[in-house]
Amino acid sequence: MPEKKPDLIDQNLQDLNNDGVDRRGFLKCMAWAGTGLVWTMAGGVPVSRAFAAGYGKNAGKGSDFSFVQISDSHIGFNKPANPDVTATLQTAIGKINAMPNKPDFIIHTGDLSQLSKPGEFDTLDQVLKGVSAKQIFFVPGEHDMLTDNGEQYLQRYGKGTKGTGWSSFDHKGVHFVGLVNVANLKAGGMGSLGNEQMEWLENDLKGRSASTPIVLFAHIPLWTIYPDWGWGTDDSEKALSYLKRFGSVTVLNGHIHQIMQKVEGKVSFHTAMSTAFPQPAPGSAPSAGPMKVPADQLQKVLGITDVNYLVSGRSLAVVDSPLAG
Amino acid sequence: MTNKHVWIAGVAVPVMIAMILLAGSVSVAANAEPSAAAASVKIDNFVFGPQTLTVPLGTTVTWTNSDDIPHTSVSTEGVFKSKVLDTDEKFSYTFTKAGTYPYYCTIHPKMTGQIVVQ
Repeated sequence: MPEKKPDLIDQNLQDLNNDGVDRRGFLKCMAWAGTGLVWTMAGGVPVSRAFAAGYGKNAGKGSDFSFVQISDSHIGFNKPANPDVTATLQTAIGKINAMPNKPDFIIHTGDLSQLSKPGEFDTLDQVLKGVSAKQIFFVPGEHDMLTDNGEQYLQRYGKGTKGTGWSSFDHKGVHFVGLVNVANLKAGGMGSLGNEQMEWLENDLKGRSASTPIVLFAHIPLWTIYPDWGWGTDDSEKALSYLKRFGSVTVLNGHIHQIMQKVEGKVSFHTAMSTAFPQPAPGSAPSAGPMKVPADQLQKVLGITDVNYLVSGRSLAVVDSPLAG
Repeated sequence: MTNKHVWIAGVAVPVMIAMILLAGSVSVAANAEPSAAAASVKIDNFVFGPQTLTVPLGTTVTWTNSDDIPHTSVSTEGVFKSKVLDTDEKFSYTFTKAGTYPYYCTIHPKMTGQIVVQ
């Protein structure tokens, strides 16, 4: 896994001083980076614990519900980095179906397809039919809006959403918001939410109790990871300003095909692995293009994210697990 | 015997190809407009190369995507717009007015370039 990750996490530890975080515990977690990492949000204070303690046979026990995030399936991609992305998505679905703790629903954080082609969406639909979870919520990635301003994506996956596909819903006391930051991108910029969506978000959050846990999900990271590669969202700061008064905010993104996490105050940011192909660590390659790894290593850098929620502590435990360990 | 045969084939094929190419280029040259010129932009590693391309009036510029990821080439001012270019796909536009034409990839907007037409 990228060598930079420990640095990033280590740097973020500085923000956590005096927040009740056990530094040793956090460092212990770093050892799990790349294979899995568990951390919980308890009353807005991040507390970490080792992967093995929170996962395995007892996974999900004691949590009130869980959901799974999958991302970047890129159906239609057939280059050397992964000639069979349908098979790896199927493996991910199999992994979800085998979970001892059945997720209430799935969130797909975009780049369902490679080229927004009807056949690619058809294949995705076929594979997703096999999932045991009752419902799947989607936000589009830039690859899903390539040909028709996202019309086809919206018809298939955006029913009941607003604008270019944003929406919100409540589930067992948690408020979920799916945002779109891949539409109408401007030359030289990064991801963008735009004014219309920003207004909607402000209104959507208005009047909600500050104790409501919020889960925000969007394709491109809502925090600036690497501007040179466009890994960030130009107006995310404004969006996050609406969330400042909430005690627990979890931001789930995709797009960069690797795990990254950051905690800033009461907001924890997390990016998921892809089910299709890995991308290089920021700045470690000439570009963000697909990274080719040896065939027997591929399933170690693809994966899914399981999120467990405990009503009692208003806490979320985020568990990344690769397709093969 | 076998070696000799291969050797002959090895010479004969390139010669034939060269003859075909020569014939092709002659016929193209005869039909082309005297002022027509061509230039190319290669999309490689999420970069338009060269980032600034200066061409004479009437030049047809062809963009070729050499990445494993799709890109577009879209004029910032709405002058030209490619379809989505998958790997090895091309887009051409002929510039008939002098000026500077900034453009970008609508999928990866950090990718920008410009064509200067003189």
